[in-house]
Amino acid sequence: MSSTNTNPSQEHHLRRIVVIWVALSVVCDLLYWIFIGPHVPPGRMTSTATANQFDFNVLMVIALPVMIGVWEWLAFAALMWNSKRADMPESVGGPAAAGNRRTEVSWIVVTTVVVLFLAVYGTIELYSGAGSGSGEGPNPILQPAGAMKAETAALSGSGSWAPYTNAVLPVQVIAQQWKFTYRYPTFGGFESPYLILPVNTEIAFNVTSLDVIHSFWAYQLEVKADANPLQNNVAFTKTGQLGTFEVRCSELCGIWHGAMFNKGKVLSESAFMAWATSTESKNAANTKLLPPFAWSYVPDANGAAGGFYPDGNVTPYSPVEIYGSKQPS
Amino acid sequence: MTTSVEAGVEAPKPPAFIDIKPRRGQNGWLSQHVGTAALGGFLGYILGHWLGNFIGSSYPYIANSGQNSLAVLLALLFMVVGWLLGIGALNHPIAKILGREAKGEVEYTGWTRYFRYNLDHKVVGIQYVVGVLIFFFTGGLLAMAIRTELLNPTVHVFSADTYIKIVSEHGTIMMMMASSVVVGPLGNYFVPLMIGSRRMAFPRIEAFSLWTFIAGYFVIFSALAYGGFPTGWTGYAPLQTQAGPGMVSYLFGFAVISVGMMTAGFNLAVTIINYRAPGMTWSRVPVFVWSIIATAALLTLASPVLTAAGLFGLLDKTAQTSFYVTEHGGSSYLWQNLFWFFGHPEVYIMALPGFGIVGEIIPVFTRKPLFAYRIAAAGMIGVALLSFFVWQHHLFQSGIDPDMRPLFMLTTELISIPTGFIFLVGMGTLYRAKIRYEVPMLFCMAVYFNFLIGGISGVFLSDVPVNVTVHGGFFVLSHFHYTIMGGLIFAFFGGLYFWLPKMTGRTMNKKLGLWHFWTMFGFFNLTFFPMFIIGLLGQPRRVFSYARNLQTLNEFSSIAAFFLGASFLIFVANLMWSQFIAPEKAPANPWDSLGLEWQTATPIPHYNFERIPVIMTDPYHYSEVGAPALADFGNGPPVHASSAVAAAIEPEQ
Repeated sequence: MSSTNTNPSQEHHLRRIVVIWVALSVVCDLLYWIFIGPHVPPGRMTSTATANQFDFNVLMVIALPVMIGVWEWLAFAALMWNSKRADMPESVGGPAAAGNRRTEVSWIVVTTVVVLFLAVYGTIELYSGAGSGSGEGPNPILQPAGAMKAETAALSGSGSWAPYTNAVLPVQVIAQQWKFTYRYPTFGGFESPYLILPVNTEIAFNVTSLDVIHSFWAYQLEVKADANPLQNNVAFTKTGQLGTFEVRCSELCGIWHGAMFNKGKVLSESAFMAWATSTESKNAANTKLLPPFAWSYVPDANGAAGGFYPDGNVTPYSPVEIYGSKQPS
Repeated sequence: MTTSVEAGVEAPKPPAFIDIKPRRGQNGWLSQHVGTAALGGFLGYILGHWLGNFIGSSYPYIANSGQNSLAVLLALLFMVVGWLLGIGALNHPIAKILGREAKGEVEYTGWTRYFRYNLDHKVVGIQYVVGVLIFFFTGGLLAMAIRTELLNPTVHVFSADTYIKIVSEHGTIMMMMASSVVVGPLGNYFVPLMIGSRRMAFPRIEAFSLWTFIAGYFVIFSALAYGGFPTGWTGYAPLQTQAGPGMVSYLFGFAVISVGMMTAGFNLAVTIINYRAPGMTWSRVPVFVWSIIATAALLTLASPVLTAAGLFGLLDKTAQTSFYVTEHGGSSYLWQNLFWFFGHPEVYIMALPGFGIVGEIIPVFTRKPLFAYRIAAAGMIGVALLSFFVWQHHLFQSGIDPDMRPLFMLTTELISIPTGFIFLVGMGTLYRAKIRYEVPMLFCMAVYFNFLIGGISGVFLSDVPVNVTVHGGFFVLSHFHYTIMGGLIFAFFGGLYFWLPKMTGRTMNKKLGLWHFWTMFGFFNLTFFPMFIIGLLGQPRRVFSYARNLQTLNEFSSIAAFFLGASFLIFVANLMWSQFIAPEKAPANPWDSLGLEWQTATPIPHYNFERIPVIMTDPYHYSEVGAPALADFGNGPPVHASSAVAAAIEPEQ
């Protein structure tokens, strides 16, 4: 970007811009890292929340200097290279102003290096974070140790979970219009309207839907996985702190999408065990009526996507036909 | 490359224009115009609805949909055909199919031509301006409704049902508008002028794309009459399959719009490739034209996917096929893949023309050549190519093959390299320039400011681990408003302020323009920046109620949004004042631009150029001592590249 412009007041602009840019970038990055970074959502309740928060902050530390650089350049243009300034020399055209090989090549090289770094870094984070809490579909390639075993055992009905054993806890998330319910296959497959989890435990979420596409977003747990009908979408995280968290649907699923949220809780391992075993026995009568545990369920007659009414497609489906006169309470 | 100059000078001859022959004996009111089009649409609607009920009323119902949608589909289909018949878009093809010699279209003059099937690209350009502004303001009113509802998490203005319909209409209308907002008005109007052509390659197709675009407006609006649709602009199945007949308007509306986009796209591409004036080599083509040809490629190649995806959905809802019905052998992923295979190139359809406008305007006000012209062109082509390889980043959490995610993370981040070229070009041009901050220039600076935020937040979204936090929330909502509105719409308004004096011959009021710019810029950022925080704090998109602790931020955003909406009233006031109430005649080249489009008289003669100009150099030789002449217009000695050059030469040089 050389120029034949020789006005002394314009001489040192480039150097000044660089000095201000470096100073501002360092200050802003440090301020961000120290004061804002640790508070960036969604906190540090789980392994994936901690890892993804760190990842967000790394991206932010790279992004801030880029943004500061461009904005500073725009500000310089607005203040210093303004035709309203009295000492402003005329613009100078010609081939020197129409391009500069060195500037262009260094721009391309620098942006390429940054971008490739981001892609490699993101991939490493994704792999080291066992999928980073994102939905990986029915065949997750990234998973914590022991997850496959726990999942297979759960499917065959022989799974078990006990506190302080570092066992993976499979939980099924069933989304439907407009609520989430949760099944615990290692506890007889009972279904709960609340998501209760033990602390310091690897959780394998198996997310499916009974009707349309939903998205299971356990905000503080930093888990997000779309719920697709007839699909199992698996995501992992490891709980690290006690407390409550929120579950929201983050994929538009119809009229009451905005009301599709509830709260969950991370308990101590023994408290969770007590809750799970007591709920299991309390629900034993209902559990018998539920379909056996499966990764997905065929949408019911009332579901979306062309479930046909059983009786000639006119009368709506009746639960009495399915369950008999004695329906589960 | 300058050797072609001598060879290309044409002898004066009458303009070879399309076969428009003024025909006599036409009564204005009995000929075809927008009124007959409306009548055709109305009759078509009735016929189609009757036919649909006749064929399909005994089909079994789809659960929850309430009715078979065949009647609705055929009504809309016949409405569009009736509309096109009524406006006269099909006269020529029908005559040709019947083996008759087609009569040339009547060439009307005066204001009524703006309400007719007119083949002049300058008339179509103006028609498009009005069309997209109506689209934009309708969508904007719906946005005001959304922000009103979000003022309070618990007190509701609309029912949940109405709210989701408003959100869906807003998104769909804005997307339809944004995919044509620059290509339609400014592309059709200025591409022929910039490349030294007297016309578009296919004038009938150019008019056809406009009238299909307008038909699409009515189709998507018919959704409200059918009870709306609940899917947002993304129309995900199986919610789509479950939805009522309003969904047909969405699916068919997008199919109609995409036909308009496709035709507009290949018309522009063919025009740019084949109708460049002698000497207008690829290295001399204005950067706006580069952006339009890149966009045209995307329009031509991506839109058919949307048409097909829409037709599959329509078949699901009428003929009971099961493309998107998982339990009958279809897949909900199919829609997501098809939609985003269109949808991500679509995102760049909504970005590239903005880059082109900015690249065109900045040299004029900096009085400097465009920095790294080749990089700008390469960046646009690079973005266009890469945009076909990134669509699955919309599916990061959907449960797609997890092996795909690092790949799509890489491609998505790679696209920021060619996008970054646009920043290099702009910043390099600004460097040590004597910048005149006129209204169009301010809009261009704002594009860089806003698009930077939009682009950087896009990098966050492309990173799979961070995507877990921000996917499907207000963060992504803010991101794409920053790119589409902050980028494209700002560029569009900049382009309007820049080119309207040429289009209408009337200058826009600068004071009102400044008021419009500063309110729009300020309140745009105040509206959308808080949404990044709202999103990070966990508010999903498209919700009618939210966590109580987010109320302050949402209120702030809503109130800023109302002012943002009001800023467009200033624009409308400016438009009315400057164009109709107190018009001020604009000089032929008010900004002292070197662009070929400014070298014609104002108003632009019907044939654009009396003689096809012979281009001698690129149009960016600002402030250059001894710059070559821009073009030989065949009516005297070649025009020197810049009348401003003399003023720019400093005494010591």
